[in-house]
Amino acid sequence: MFSVNDTGFYGKFGGAYVPEMLHASVEELRRCYLDISQSDDFQTEFRQLLRDFAGRPTPLFRANSLSEKYQAEIYLKREDLCHTGAHKINNTIGQILLAKRLGKKRIIAETGAGQHGVATATVCALLQLKCVVYMGAIDVKRQAPNVARMKMLGAEVRTAESGSKTLKDATNEAIRDWIANPSDTYYLIGSVVGPHPYPDMVTRFQSVISEEIKKQLLEKTGSENPTAVIACVGGGSNAAGAFYEYLNEKEVRLVAVEAAGKGVDSGESAATTYLGKPGIIHGSMTLLMQDEFGQITEPHSISAGLDYPGIGPLHAHLFDSGRAEFLSVTDDESMKAGLDLCRLEGIIPAIESAHALAALEKLKFKKDDVVVVNLSGRGDKDLQTYIDYFSI
Amino acid sequence: MDRIKKQIDKSRASAKKIISVYFTAGFPELHDTTEIIRELEKSGADMIEIGLPFSDPLADGPVIQHSSSIAISNGINAKVLFEQLSNIRESVQIPLILMAYLNPLLQYGFEDFCENCQKVGIDGLIIPDLPPEQFETDYVEILDRYNLKNILLVTPQTSDDRIRYIDSLSTGFTYLVSSPGVTGNNKVFSNVEETYFKRIAALNLQNPCIAGFGIHDKKSFESASRYSDGGIIGSSFIRQLEKEGIKGISQFINKFR
Repeated sequence: MFSVNDTGFYGKFGGAYVPEMLHASVEELRRCYLDISQSDDFQTEFRQLLRDFAGRPTPLFRANSLSEKYQAEIYLKREDLCHTGAHKINNTIGQILLAKRLGKKRIIAETGAGQHGVATATVCALLQLKCVVYMGAIDVKRQAPNVARMKMLGAEVRTAESGSKTLKDATNEAIRDWIANPSDTYYLIGSVVGPHPYPDMVTRFQSVISEEIKKQLLEKTGSENPTAVIACVGGGSNAAGAFYEYLNEKEVRLVAVEAAGKGVDSGESAATTYLGKPGIIHGSMTLLMQDEFGQITEPHSISAGLDYPGIGPLHAHLFDSGRAEFLSVTDDESMKAGLDLCRLEGIIPAIESAHALAALEKLKFKKDDVVVVNLSGRGDKDLQTYIDYFSI
Repeated sequence: MDRIKKQIDKSRASAKKIISVYFTAGFPELHDTTEIIRELEKSGADMIEIGLPFSDPLADGPVIQHSSSIAISNGINAKVLFEQLSNIRESVQIPLILMAYLNPLLQYGFEDFCENCQKVGIDGLIIPDLPPEQFETDYVEILDRYNLKNILLVTPQTSDDRIRYIDSLSTGFTYLVSSPGVTGNNKVFSNVEETYFKRIAALNLQNPCIAGFGIHDKKSFESASRYSDGGIIGSSFIRQLEKEGIKGISQFINKFR
């Protein structure tokens, strides 16, 4: 019911609205992504790299002080402990193994905060593929350490100077590169967005998160299913991965947390389900922030990873069908929740993940409710933002 | 009255290839749209593609994206464009085609958009990010209802079977994308493009073909139109408009004859 259909749609969302110039490349991928990624040979290599290179399984940690504070059984899924500092590496390993089997020699990617760019550059270095990462000019400035990391890893970082010079423009530029280089280049999308089959493919590569949660919860609590799973949503890859194995388990509440920025009605927000209407971005029909004439508008969030004007079509469908609850959390609320986690549990979270933590303030739980928060990334990359915000 | 067919028949009869020119509506200034159209017709353009700007034009290069951003900040949108074009058929005879990405059309209301196109005298639509399969299931009847031609793209990566499929859905003409890449790359056409143009010509498609992308001077226009009915000039015209404004149009078109 929540799987993609044959034509790439989740309910009315999804599809592949791409210009003819991309048809052959997208179609090649659509035809073989399942066969390749489900083959034994692929799965063996994928699982081995997730374990030995990315550091999986990541722990499921019972957060005692948070549990005390919110009067519920709170567990953190520690994706922040993955190599490169976030869940992004799960998807980049999967797609690069796929690209190699397609005979591609060159990987291109878009990045906003730089996490997906770093994860892509990392796996390209490991598997010796040429890597080009597109990044908006504004992000290149505000995420300088990640630009340096990508360069250290041997990637070429190309600055997107068009449009609003942020993530959506970096994505446009990457797509244009793919249009111009259809035969040797693989486009590695970092979230559950873009034309079919990307949303489904990225969801499957990230589904290792909920696969592990199930096993770990069974060990720790005697049941695979928690009361609720909470994850932040920009494009929505960590949420898709954390929700995936629970989509058809009706009793599990799925809570998606969007970035309200300075407030949902402030004009500086990234709360797509609240502010968006159905529309097309990057080849996919989804909920989209846009003006009345269909021009895509610029979102705002203190977290560069949530700063996207759309959401993945799976999430649009989860919202539309009521399967997931969508909340939004402001910049201020997320910063406070981030600092709380540092002080209560000794973990500095990425500001993206701090949005998911801030949702705990807004939800009501019973004392024996089991709540899993997907801690999608670590906060090292956000230190400067934390320092400036709290005048540390 | 089928203006596109008439124009292509005329060009075939006189052995003069179609010069089709693309420009971004509302650029350089918001109210330049109609004057550019009149000036293009006067200067000998055979067909015009009016681009409705979109914030995120995936198939276009930096020149068209830049002109689109300026046009959007000038205040252009579908409603304003239809107002600007409301009397255009009093003075302009050549085919006018609207090129628009799907999202602005959906937000306007696809059918309303088509109805207004017919009202102001638009002959056809190019919607680059609407795949033919989607077009066939959801939109083909709407375009028919408002007597709008549907112009679809084929590229060097499009297989022969798919080209035939696209040709079967196209009306007006089929748009040949000359080489892999977005609009505005001024590469020199080589045997690769020539082989592709010949391959298309050998398919004997039901629709006339007009080539675009990368046509920027007489030489590239001649290579692109040798095996087709003409060529589409876009980014290089936008650059010209930005540099010299409307007064340079006639001289610009003459360069291609």
